[in-house]
Amino acid sequence: MLAIEDLHISFHRYNKGLDRTKLTPVHNLNLEIGVGEIMAIVGESGGGKSLLAHAVLDILPANAETGGKICFCGQELDRKKINKLRGRKISLVPQSVSYLNPLLTVGRQVFRAAVVAGLSKKEAKIARDSAFDMVSLEEASMKLYPFQLSGGMAQRVLVAMATVGGAPLIIADEPTTGLDPELLAGFLELLRVTIDNGRAAMLITHDLNAARKVADKIAVFAGGTIVEIINNRENLTSDKLSHPYSRALWDSLPENGFNLSEIKHTYSARENGNQQGCLFRGACCCDREQCEKSIPPLMPVKHGLVRCWNA
Amino acid sequence: MTNTIVQQPKQVSLLQRKKAVLICLCCVFFFVALYIAGAMMGDTGLRTDFLHRNLPPSLDYPFGTDWLGRDLLTRTVKGLCISIQIGMLAAMCSAVLAGLLGVAAATFGGKVDTVITGMIDVVMSTPHLVMLILISFAMGGGVQGVVVAVALTHWTRLARILRAEVMQLKNADYLQLSTRLGKSKLWIARNHILPHLLPQFVIGLILLFPHAILHSAGLSFLGFGLTPHNPSIGILLSESMQQLSTGHWWLAVIPGVCLICMVKVFDILGNTLRYLSDPQTSQQ
Amino acid sequence: MKTFCKYFASKMLRLSIIVAVVSVLSFVLVSFAPLDPITAYLGYDRLQISQEQEAQIISRWGLDKSPPERFLSWAGNILRGDFGKSVIFNEPVVDVIGKRFVASFWLMFFAWLFSGLLGFILGAVAGTFRNSLADRVIRFYAYTLASTPTFWVAMILLVFFAVKLGWFPVCCAGPLGVAPEDVSFADRLYHLALPVLTLSLVGIAQITLHTREKMIDFFQSNHATYALACGETRSSTAIFHGLRNILLPAITLQFASLGELFSGSVLAEVVFSYPGLGKATVDAGIRGDVPLLLGVVIFSTIFVVVGNLIADLLYTLVDPRVRTEEAI
Repeated sequence: MLAIEDLHISFHRYNKGLDRTKLTPVHNLNLEIGVGEIMAIVGESGGGKSLLAHAVLDILPANAETGGKICFCGQELDRKKINKLRGRKISLVPQSVSYLNPLLTVGRQVFRAAVVAGLSKKEAKIARDSAFDMVSLEEASMKLYPFQLSGGMAQRVLVAMATVGGAPLIIADEPTTGLDPELLAGFLELLRVTIDNGRAAMLITHDLNAARKVADKIAVFAGGTIVEIINNRENLTSDKLSHPYSRALWDSLPENGFNLSEIKHTYSARENGNQQGCLFRGACCCDREQCEKSIPPLMPVKHGLVRCWNA
Repeated sequence: MTNTIVQQPKQVSLLQRKKAVLICLCCVFFFVALYIAGAMMGDTGLRTDFLHRNLPPSLDYPFGTDWLGRDLLTRTVKGLCISIQIGMLAAMCSAVLAGLLGVAAATFGGKVDTVITGMIDVVMSTPHLVMLILISFAMGGGVQGVVVAVALTHWTRLARILRAEVMQLKNADYLQLSTRLGKSKLWIARNHILPHLLPQFVIGLILLFPHAILHSAGLSFLGFGLTPHNPSIGILLSESMQQLSTGHWWLAVIPGVCLICMVKVFDILGNTLRYLSDPQTSQQ
Repeated sequence: MKTFCKYFASKMLRLSIIVAVVSVLSFVLVSFAPLDPITAYLGYDRLQISQEQEAQIISRWGLDKSPPERFLSWAGNILRGDFGKSVIFNEPVVDVIGKRFVASFWLMFFAWLFSGLLGFILGAVAGTFRNSLADRVIRFYAYTLASTPTFWVAMILLVFFAVKLGWFPVCCAGPLGVAPEDVSFADRLYHLALPVLTLSLVGIAQITLHTREKMIDFFQSNHATYALACGETRSSTAIFHGLRNILLPAITLQFASLGELFSGSVLAEVVFSYPGLGKATVDAGIRGDVPLLLGVVIFSTIFVVVGNLIADLLYTLVDPRVRTEEAI
């Protein structure tokens, strides 16, 4: 449904003195999401995952520059096309309730989202009611203002916002932040139900466990690009992971002993330098000549795709 | 393609900074030129000349002449000079007052602070013009009336800024460190506080000029400020008010446009200096 | 509700303190004035009155007492609502202010309304389409007006619309020779047009720039980003979400800038010889009518402070975050 090829996002920033630096927080990014699929993008906070979501929706800040190709249902997207797709075909579940207008009741905002998605007023009312019904919120909650919502309710309202227009692709940007385990399970279930109606989702999260529970594929995001995509149809175990960063991420999970490895330091030091070659060289089993020279492409392995010459 | 950072020389910002400095120089040059022109011009243009009364702008008289045959160009330039002098005097008095009260409020704190912020509230709760009228009335009009009135009503904003600045500095870590290191109060004031306050003060002062000039013109226009012996731009406009019904539009339009231009130049100068001195905006 | 009452009471206390301080300060200022109240009152007639008559006036006005005593009796009278008698109008100050304020009120009200509406719209457009041509034009207009003297704008409008074109009357609040009570409603509006236009044009500057800033801030907020992500265009985001969010600060600013409005009306009234409070203030100042001048100072202070009070209260009453908490 969504195919991203070679996406770059860069910013210009003025430093002290006379230098203007160009930061490229996202580069060489390739990704494909099929119908009925949940693709989880897992990586550490502040790594630039949200930029990916914003790039697909063309809501990046004005000083951002994008390169590469984004295709939706086989069509290459440009500014104009994205404008038409936003809300109608692609919708966003934002991070938190701060993305809702604080001065409007949530019922009106969900209704408005339906109208903007192209429904008539009558249809929008029906869509709003069924969206609230689907996320099992009572009708009374429509009259609440965003600041009056509890964490779980807020999450449901945000899902209702994203689904009310009937968009087939849902991008959820860190929707699980700050939810307790019970709410998290509820949210993931809700997402699964939503997607099984012929939709697709991109779930952006820093929580590998949440991704494991619900996603069909897990894309590991590190150093500004996707380093590994793992099929998650059956239970995910450590030996299915091929990339050193994915393994480090796995080891850092609480049930795997909270092992904080040195890998982050290795690659983030390289990220800031002016070097060529794989950012993670030296972190995997062996160093090859190729690792010094070029960044590896995503290559098929048994359980998915990986960017590592050694896999 | 592994480079995530590409360095490029930043030329745009350099140009902008140069442009800003150039703008400041132009503004300063404008005032110097105006002032010299005012001093150089003889009094010939100010003599009454009944043969050339009420002439519209022409090559001989670029700004036209008034009902007594005086050259409006000479009057306007001299009027602007007088307005600048009075505006500067008033703005400086006001800025000094603001500096003393703002710094005192933040340094002494407690009751002094309460009283001074209370005074700021009081001044800000009266319509400026009514207060200006009252004060210049109490001072018996004239130059001192305008200067005192403008000084007493315009210090509040700058005082607030300076007060906030000192408050912030007082709590800054590096100042407390300096104290611990045994530096004297005077040393701290000279090396840490003054460098912060001085730019704020100077820019505040320059941004006060336009207000001071406009308000002293307004006061003179209403008849509370200067007398016709001191023909500032406000007096010129006030006199032309009597001639409005005759349709001699240039008497009102030209000095007014000149006044606006001058005020705008001050405004641009102040804002450009602020842009240059602020480390954040100076980089954009 | 209880917290609100407490809040309101504290605001009222502040208001009264400010008014009291302003009264004391203005009384002190006026007592410094190098002006002989008797000469100001009598003018050249002073040469003709006898010593006894002068002494009589002095004792009746309490001029023989010390300044603190005079202040106390003046303040006592004010607390009873007696501001003294205006010398130039030969009427109680309260009556003069009351009558003149009605005339000024309509002038200021229309100017307040028009400048607020127009400034808000211009500011919203400029902020929504930041750095566009429209934004640059609006910004230039607002910045230039901010450095334009009100009285000059009034004079220019007078020269062109009243003198040259003759579309509007040159002066006053009604046709010459018609008693103020008999002036028709249409005539009143006709005479108000140019003064209102003056104050509206000048008053736009501040509200425009403020609204523009707020709109730019709004578009940097998360909820504006999300509205765009939901498929809204920039203008529909501004209309459906933005205006709602920036309206309250704009109204608040309009209420908080009554002081500038009052100052502007003084200048506009003088240029158009409009018989309002502003013209009375200037006349009182020029002709040394101390009771009226003091009365106007106190009245205008109350006017401004009440505007600030309304601005403060609006925030607490209109914002749903505060309002619903009150209800619960």
